[in-house]
Amino acid sequence: MMPDSQRIVITGVGLAAPGGASTLAEFRAQVLAGRSGISTLEMRYMGVHPAGLCDFPETKYRKKRDNKRGTRAGCLGVYCAGEALAESGIDFTQYRLDRTGVYMGLTEHGTVETENEVYNISQYNYNVDYWTHHHNPRTVLNNPAGEITMTFGITGPHYSVGAACAAGNAALIQGCQMLRLGEVDVALCGGLSECTGSFGIFASFRAQGALAEHADPTKASRPFDQARNGIVISEGGCVFTLERLDKAQARGAKIYGEIVGYAMNSDARDFVLPYGPRQAECIRLALDRAGMTPADIDLVNTHATGTKQGDIEECRAIAEVFAGCENLRVNNTKSIIGHAMGAAGVLELAANLPAFEDGLAHPTINLDELDPECALPGLVSGEAQKLPRAETILNNSFGMVGINSTLIVKRLVAK
Amino acid sequence: MTRDEIKYMILDIIQDIDDEAEFDGLDEDKPLRDQLDLDSMDFLDIVMELRKRHKLQVPEEDYPQLATLMSCVNYLEPKLKDA
Repeated sequence: MMPDSQRIVITGVGLAAPGGASTLAEFRAQVLAGRSGISTLEMRYMGVHPAGLCDFPETKYRKKRDNKRGTRAGCLGVYCAGEALAESGIDFTQYRLDRTGVYMGLTEHGTVETENEVYNISQYNYNVDYWTHHHNPRTVLNNPAGEITMTFGITGPHYSVGAACAAGNAALIQGCQMLRLGEVDVALCGGLSECTGSFGIFASFRAQGALAEHADPTKASRPFDQARNGIVISEGGCVFTLERLDKAQARGAKIYGEIVGYAMNSDARDFVLPYGPRQAECIRLALDRAGMTPADIDLVNTHATGTKQGDIEECRAIAEVFAGCENLRVNNTKSIIGHAMGAAGVLELAANLPAFEDGLAHPTINLDELDPECALPGLVSGEAQKLPRAETILNNSFGMVGINSTLIVKRLVAK
Repeated sequence: MTRDEIKYMILDIIQDIDDEAEFDGLDEDKPLRDQLDLDSMDFLDIVMELRKRHKLQVPEEDYPQLATLMSCVNYLEPKLKDA
């Protein structure tokens, strides 16, 4: 086992989830009840579509004028980071601001701001004199992470991790690595999505035949179901406070779990289609690094987004890796909150992290007719289930252009 | 526009930028930046808003003319006399 100075633990969680949850307790109650967070959004040029929207105290940590000047991702990030710090009890008497890192996962950034500006100048006959001076600071890729540092006076490193929909996990992995390298002593790691502000993201998924539609928006996100017809786009944010175990224990921090394994790899074959065999490799690599076998995993939180082929590929990967693991339970959080893109991996981990305390697996909802190709043993559907054992969670997040990530979190077992 | 109308338009623009801006006791002859929480990006917001509301182009060399509320009024009065 690694020395405690190299073991990385989660000591704080801040989040804003589709449907209005703005604390971990509210979010856990929502997912355990299987209460959909999806409503509808009237999108410029696109009409009304199902979408996951957040409602959180936007001015808790900074003024409205800063929210206007910054971006939606920045606004989400500042709130989530503020909550993650408050939750962890870090007030920077124990840690230094210049030894704190901020790593934010993004699927994309700048799309919303660019679309808004093009629309703005369209109102002035495309005269670029009306293009805002805020465009560049809003669209530099470090923007949301930088907005966090400005708000809290954090002078350590900050940057974004661009990793499509694996970005949340990728940011957590980055934080673990920087802590282990000794680059920082605290890492604020998470993922953010402002995708619901972009008609282009909706239009592109629709052009691809991958934008979910349903008369009832709460039923539009339905991974593994026969009638699934695509992705429900959500905004959202989730930030975790990461520390080294020895320091966290020395200051008496509440420890939500330990990150014991992770992996990322690439399909190296297609712009959009996921590839199960490479996902299986990613899962196995994370298990190897954790020193675990598939039988050590108690809950797999799937990435599945509700696309035909994507869901099947992941189910094949899980079925292959976890064959014979009778006590394994599998669930899907996107059925409840839609696809929060850069925030997906971290929000989905947060949705499941309290399982270490309550011993439950939240349900996958909207599974009216299970696709036989997605019929994984242990799939938790409809209602929350007691886990046979609640010691380890494996969280998958995959993304476009063939990027895969797996994170394994364990209930803390002190030496 | 009258001098008073121009003054209230500038205050309205600043209020749009920062809804918590406090104008009580504002000295019209002292720099706005010394009295309000405004930075260079906010001044560019004021310039942009003048452009949007009145098609007014303020060249960069004239930016110092927008330093105080009174200098704003003095600078803008001839430009907005027909507005």
